[in-house]
Amino acid sequence: MLNTFMQSRLRGLVVLALILIILPAFLGNPFHYELVTQMAIIAATVVGLNLLVGFAGQISLGHAGFFGLGAYFTGIATGTYGWSSVPALVVGAIVVGFIAWIVGRPILRLKGHYLSMATLAVGFIIAIILNNERALTGGPDGMPVPAFEVFGWQLSAFGSYSLFGIEIEGFQAWYIFASAVLLVAVWFALNLIESPIGRALRSVHGSEVAASVVGVNTAKYKSLVFVISAIYASLMGSLYAHFQGFITPAVASFEFSILFITMVVLGGMGSTFGVILGAVVLKLLPQVLADFQELEHVMFGLILMLTMIFMPKGLLPTLTAFVSKRMRKKAGGEA
Amino acid sequence: MFKTVIRRAGKCAAVAAAGLMMMSAQAAEPIKIGSFLSVTGPASFLGDPELKTLEMYVEKINEEGGVLGRQLELIHYDDVGNASSARNFASRLIRSDQVDIIVGGSTTGATMAAVPLIEQAQVPFISLAGAVVITDPVKKWVFKTPQTDRMAAERILTDMKDRGITKFGLISGTGGFGSSGRTQTLEVAEQMGMEVVADVTYSGSDTDMTAQLTNIRNTSGVEAVLNFGFGQGPAIVTRNYAQLGMELPFYQSHGVASDSFLELAGSSADGLRLPASPLLVPDSLPDSDPQKEVVQNYKAEYEARWDSKVSTFGAYAYDGLMLAVRAMEEAGSTDPEAVRNALESIQGYVGVTGVFNMSPEDHNGLDPESFRILEVQNGEWKLIN
Repeated sequence: MLNTFMQSRLRGLVVLALILIILPAFLGNPFHYELVTQMAIIAATVVGLNLLVGFAGQISLGHAGFFGLGAYFTGIATGTYGWSSVPALVVGAIVVGFIAWIVGRPILRLKGHYLSMATLAVGFIIAIILNNERALTGGPDGMPVPAFEVFGWQLSAFGSYSLFGIEIEGFQAWYIFASAVLLVAVWFALNLIESPIGRALRSVHGSEVAASVVGVNTAKYKSLVFVISAIYASLMGSLYAHFQGFITPAVASFEFSILFITMVVLGGMGSTFGVILGAVVLKLLPQVLADFQELEHVMFGLILMLTMIFMPKGLLPTLTAFVSKRMRKKAGGEA
Repeated sequence: MFKTVIRRAGKCAAVAAAGLMMMSAQAAEPIKIGSFLSVTGPASFLGDPELKTLEMYVEKINEEGGVLGRQLELIHYDDVGNASSARNFASRLIRSDQVDIIVGGSTTGATMAAVPLIEQAQVPFISLAGAVVITDPVKKWVFKTPQTDRMAAERILTDMKDRGITKFGLISGTGGFGSSGRTQTLEVAEQMGMEVVADVTYSGSDTDMTAQLTNIRNTSGVEAVLNFGFGQGPAIVTRNYAQLGMELPFYQSHGVASDSFLELAGSSADGLRLPASPLLVPDSLPDSDPQKEVVQNYKAEYEARWDSKVSTFGAYAYDGLMLAVRAMEEAGSTDPEAVRNALESIQGYVGVTGVFNMSPEDHNGLDPESFRILEVQNGEWKLIN
C-alpha cells in the first residue's frame, strides 16, 4: 500500500511538501523567509516554463514578458483602479493567455525554433511598452503595488495574523501562501504531464513527424502548452508584484527571461522537481556572492557551461541517476 | 570556611568583571550604516564614486573617534542597478544585518523599490537618487541628498527667462532620468508661463539624433533647446547640434555635469549651459560662498585617496553620510525614531551639494539655487551664476 503510494507520481509532491514544512526551522530571520517566498514564486513560474521547454521541446525567450505583464496588470488594476486582487490576477492571466495564443498559434504550425524568435520579440515589445507608457506604468522608475487582498482581508508581508489560534507574522503568512501556491502549481503540472495531453506533448518532443503520423495534432498541443506556461508566468508575476510591493520594468527584461531558461536548463529540462532546484540555486547565487558581486555574471556563465558539458540532463536528473547507479552497484556487490 | 568565602568572592568578582566587559563591549559595539549601491552594471558611474566616498569617510570618522563614542561599520551590497535586487538587499540590511540607518540607492528605481519596505520597517533612509517622486509626497522615513529633477528644470527655465526666452524645444532620453525630467520640465514650463513648442525623445541606444534636432529647428518660434538625459545620449545630441550649425542657446541637464561629458562632447559643447554642483568649479566660487571650503576639501581628499577625478555623484554620498552622522549626534543615540526626528530638523548643514534645511514638509532640504549655472567656454566650465 505504502509502496504503491511511494511509486505514484505524488511521491515527489509529498517530499516537496515535507521540505516546505520543515524548512522554517532553518530560517533565521524574516529576510530568509522573504528569500524563500520569492524562490517559491519564481520556482512555480519555472515549473510552468518547463512544461513548454521540457515537454513540448519549445524554447521561450520572452517568458519574463508574460511575467512582467501579469505583474503590471495586477499593479495597475489594483493600484490605480482599485480592483480586488483576485479578479485582477484572473483577468491578467486571461489577457496574457490570449496574447500567447495569438503569438503561438501561427508560429507553432511551423517546425523548428521559430517560437524562440517570436517570444524574444514579444518580450522586448512588452518591456518597451512598460518602459515608455509612463502615465500607466510609472516608466523606468517603476510603480508601487498594494498588498494582496481578498474580500477586504489583506495579506501584507508586514502585518501579523492569527492562523488557527497561532499568531504568525506577515512574512510567515506569505511563506505559507507561496508554498501552497508552489504545491498547487507542481500538482497541476504533474497531472498535466500524465494526462493524454502530456503524452501527446512528449511524443511531439520525441519526434514531431512520428507524433503527427499517429494522429497527434502537434500544432494544437504545442500552442495549448505555450498558453498554459504563459498563464503560469502571468499568475506568478501578479503574486510577485503583490509580495514585492514595488515593480519596475526589469521584471519583464530579457535578462530575466534568460534567467528563467537557465533555471530550467540547470535544474533539468523535463524534470519538474529539477527545475525547482534550478530556481533555488540561481536565486541564492546573488545572495551568496553578495561580497563578490562582480563575479556573479562569471559564475552564472560558468554554471551554464559546466551544466551543458557535464550534466546535459540537468542537476537533479544527473544526481538521481548517479545515486541510483551507486545503489545498484552496492546491491549487486552484496548479491 | 574562610577559603570558601574567598573563593565565592573571587567568583563574584569574575562574574562582575565578565559583566563589565560585556557592558563595555556593548558600548563599543559599532553603529551599523547600511548601503545598497549600483557599484557595477549600467549605473556604476553613480555607485562607484558613492561607495568610494562612503568607505573613505567612514574610515576617516573612525580614525577621529567615531560617532557617540562608537565606531562606524559600513555594510554595503551591490544591486547592479537592478531594482528587485536593491529591494532584497535593503531587506537583508534591515532584517539580517539590523543596520541603524541606510544611506544608499543610486538610482530612483532602486530607491523606490526599497521604499515600501523601509517605511514598514521604520528605519531612517537617506537616498542618493534624483527624481522628485522620492520625497514628494513626503515619506516619513525617507530623505534624499541630490536636488530633484524638478529643481533642475526650475533652474534652467529661470535662466532662460532671464535671457528673455519663453519658447523652447525639448529633447529627452526615454530612460528613467530623461523621462522623469521631461515630465517635470513640462510642468514647470506651464507654471512659469513658458511654452514647449517642440517635444521629441530618443532612446538610449540611438546613435544619431539629427532627425529629432532638425525637427526642433524647423519648429516655428523656437528660441532655445533643452536636452534632458544622461549617459551617452546627451553627448551625441551635443555633437549633432554643432554639426547642424544650430545657433540657438543650448541647455543640458545636471545629468551630464561631469568632466567626462566634456571629453565626449569635445569642442561642440562650447556655449552650452547647464545646472551643476559647485563641485565642478570649486576654485571659481566666491570666497563669501559658505560651500567653498567644504567643496574644496571634499575634492582634495577624494582625489588624494583614490587617485581619480571627483564626481558629483560621490558628493551625494558624502552629504548623505554627514547628514546621518549629524542626526545621530543630535539625537544622542541610534534610536530610529530619534534619528529620524533629528534628520527632519537639520538646519543649515553646509554640504557639497548645497545647504540643507530639512523640515517635515521637505525631506530634501535644498533649493534650486544650490545648482550653479555653468557655461562651457573653450572646453572648460565657467561659473555664470
